[in-house]
Amino acid sequence: MKKKLIFTGILWCVILAAALWLLNALFMPKYMSEIPEGALIAEYYNETAGHDVVFIGDCEVYENFSPDVLWREYGITSYIRGSAQQLIWQSYYLMEETLKYETPKVMVFNVLSMQYGEPQSEAYNRLNLDGMRLSPQKLAAVNASMTEEESLLSYLFPLLRYHSRWNELTGEDVEYLFHRDQVSDSGYLMNVEVRPAENVPEGKPLADYQFADICYEYLDKMAELCESHGVELVLVKAPSLYPYWYDEWEAQMEDYAAARGLQYVNCLEIVDEAGLDFRTDTYDHGLHLNLYGAEKLARWFGAWLTQHCPQVEDRRGQEPYETIWAEKSETYAQRKTALEAAWAAEQKEDTPQ
Amino acid sequence: MSFASAQFLCFFAVLFVLYYLIPRRHQWKLLLAGSLFFYFFAGWYCLIYIGVTAVTTWLAAQKVGRLQQEQDAWLKAHRDQMDKEQRKAYKAAGKKVRWRWTLACLLLNFGILAVVKYTDFVLGNVNGVLAAAGSAARLPMADLVLPMGVSFYTFQSMGYLIDVYWGKYPPERSLGKFALFVTFFPQLIQGPISRFSDLSRSLYAEHRWDSRQIAMGGMRVVWGFAKKLIVADRLAIPLRELVSAPEQYTGIYVLAVMFLYAVQLYADFTGGIDITIGVSQMLGVQVTENFERPFFSKNIAEYWRRWHITMGTWFRDYVFYPLSVSKGVLKLHQKARAKLGEPGKRVSVYLCTMLLWFVTGVWHGASWNFIVWGLLNGVVILVSQECEPLYAKFHGRFPGLKGSFGYRLFEVGRTFVLMSSIRVLDVYRDVPLTFKQVGTIFTSFRPSVLWNGSFLELGITGADWMVAFFGTLAMLACSLLGRKEPMREQLVRRNPNLAWGGCAALVVCMVIFGIYGIGFDATQFIYNQF
Amino acid sequence: MEELLDILKELHPDVDFEHCTTLIDDKILDSIDIVSLVAEINDAFDVAVPAEEIVPENFNSAQALWEMIQRLDEA
Repeated sequence: MKKKLIFTGILWCVILAAALWLLNALFMPKYMSEIPEGALIAEYYNETAGHDVVFIGDCEVYENFSPDVLWREYGITSYIRGSAQQLIWQSYYLMEETLKYETPKVMVFNVLSMQYGEPQSEAYNRLNLDGMRLSPQKLAAVNASMTEEESLLSYLFPLLRYHSRWNELTGEDVEYLFHRDQVSDSGYLMNVEVRPAENVPEGKPLADYQFADICYEYLDKMAELCESHGVELVLVKAPSLYPYWYDEWEAQMEDYAAARGLQYVNCLEIVDEAGLDFRTDTYDHGLHLNLYGAEKLARWFGAWLTQHCPQVEDRRGQEPYETIWAEKSETYAQRKTALEAAWAAEQKEDTPQ
Repeated sequence: MSFASAQFLCFFAVLFVLYYLIPRRHQWKLLLAGSLFFYFFAGWYCLIYIGVTAVTTWLAAQKVGRLQQEQDAWLKAHRDQMDKEQRKAYKAAGKKVRWRWTLACLLLNFGILAVVKYTDFVLGNVNGVLAAAGSAARLPMADLVLPMGVSFYTFQSMGYLIDVYWGKYPPERSLGKFALFVTFFPQLIQGPISRFSDLSRSLYAEHRWDSRQIAMGGMRVVWGFAKKLIVADRLAIPLRELVSAPEQYTGIYVLAVMFLYAVQLYADFTGGIDITIGVSQMLGVQVTENFERPFFSKNIAEYWRRWHITMGTWFRDYVFYPLSVSKGVLKLHQKARAKLGEPGKRVSVYLCTMLLWFVTGVWHGASWNFIVWGLLNGVVILVSQECEPLYAKFHGRFPGLKGSFGYRLFEVGRTFVLMSSIRVLDVYRDVPLTFKQVGTIFTSFRPSVLWNGSFLELGITGADWMVAFFGTLAMLACSLLGRKEPMREQLVRRNPNLAWGGCAALVVCMVIFGIYGIGFDATQFIYNQF
Repeated sequence: MEELLDILKELHPDVDFEHCTTLIDDKILDSIDIVSLVAEINDAFDVAVPAEEIVPENFNSAQALWEMIQRLDEA
């Protein structure tokens, strides 16, 4: 009797564990139709071949560079590990994690996140961290990122965080229980809408322009990490007009790069050279480039890479890259057509008859 | 750490595994270490408070026990040489000596309790008097930190000391074992107030792995968590809203506060006790029941025999009885009887009852709300006592009524409504406000808010209300079906799969519908601060 | 003993005190009854019942009560 009691107890514990696992999958936000940014980090694990260039950073990377152009025009294989408001320690641990899967030739880090010296918001943490596979890097990233109200446990068992979605579950949560659609092209989140930048405000004066020590620490760690893996670290500042990039910040980055012997490109300075036109090349008045801007920037940056990072190869004609990228280009083109059609339809609706 | 936290679950998991791995004679030491660790977690200064109580009580009890032994031995040796009066005198003198030690310890410990709990209340009242007298002077508040469960462990220790003084049992010789009695972690947060003679039977014993007990305890813990996380914490959200803006929520809202609070407190408090008893059961320790389906009581006196039982019996045994049989009260009894005749018999008893409820009120919290609350309880109990002959007459005229289901239902409903109305004093800021709010039930009832969607704007959605409703229904059903034997016992007897399946389903419900994590404030058990 | 039974009868006329042995266990006497009883005993027998003697074993039946009174009177 007692044996039976314990035996059935254990059996039900197993059933319970299975049920909780399923529920976990059900309650996780799917990020398919809304906030696709949340799906970016996990998509990296679907990649089948390595990349020569890996971009790491916040929205200024995943909205501003088109890997497809880098491939088609320069034969550069690249991937963007970007996510919304990615903080510098998150970038560092993503870098560390990426190096477990592959060793690229160049890592490109966007320096905008130098401005944040402490955890910002739970919501962004979730977007950036939930997608990571469980690894020491993930745990370290969570630990570094948590705001006061958060707990490590809720990252190990996201159900503990998302259980309150029980009355918001939709068909999408069932549909994407075990798989997701690809929302990006090699980490690039395509947007074809056009909303010209007008009256971009000057930055408000700040009390302190000095980047936080902790940010420099992580930047140092990035540089050391790349060096130890034989990867060149390139620092960039994407050409977004806003958030405002202060001269004082620029000076600090230039000094840092010079002291460390790193290459640093401030794309705000090559806007004209790259042919960027903020009347047509941005989808949200200058915060982010749209597809046309991202393609122009990629075209310019590809040329820069071939010139300044000669270790990056032209892999056109090489297998498996040729096949893989042919397929990627096709998806990219299809997505572009679909999005352009949708945008055109929206425009038509908006214009008065 | 509160029960509903990852820390507690980890703490208990480790303790539980170690408990059954180590040699059995060391089990109680592990419990002590665990309890101290649990207490340390609440703040190291708490350890000082509870340490002082444990050590002084142990010392005093040792002394009192030794005195008793010496006195008994002396009396035995000299019994033949004394007559009855001399023996009585010797006993009385001996008792006096023992009382001195007991009293010193009682004063010290109740003194500590009074200082940490009531300093600000007294200062606040002094300031009130100063203000009324037109003085601008104000005393600063002391803001003393209340050590976790201070009321509970103080009462438990003092009950033990008085028992030893009364010679009910010899004192515990080992300081460690006694400290475990005082600090036993499952009951630190919100009781029950155990008696040494009950708890010590299983607390220090060597416990073998007992699958049945452990399974039953585990199931009870799950049930307790479910009550707390799904129902209590969910209802706490609208309650907080309703109470925080009293001028906005009047009339029927106050009625809602009464009944919601009844359910919320029941779910929270009995849930916590279920966890306490279940956790102890898993460790082989039997803790006294603290509730006996209280909302099915037919009158207030019965309610208080079934709600927070250990507190009621504590006050009865250590306050009400000693007070009632004290010389002064007995003298009063005689006097009143001589002067007033037959009704005079009740004067002293009623006085003691009111005093008892005054003290009970003070114990519940340092505020006038609780004092008024206690006195109201006393008044209602005495009024119903006085009405007894009336009831008897009434039932004499309608003989079939008393046992009928309908009448019982009426009595249960009446008690529930009465208790709920008295209990509102718990929730509002002060006494005048409470009465004002209750008054609005009669002046501006406005029942339309029940169906115009106003209740959906109190912090929880309609779906949440449904969850709370079904949770309450489930508690009610379990209470009704478990009248003779708890549901889990019945289910296990019929088929263990039913019991375990039910538990698994409960855990799933708890994980999904529980109020915890970001967006929800982790609410503490209500009785924690008492 | 007769006197004690009279006191009890006055408290609850409808209870068979001569034969009932579960006055406390069956909740026939509540705490208010008990203290009234103690006061009456004090008056009638001049025996002070101390608080520590108020335990179920001493109050469950008239017989037990009577034995307690005698024991206390004996000392």
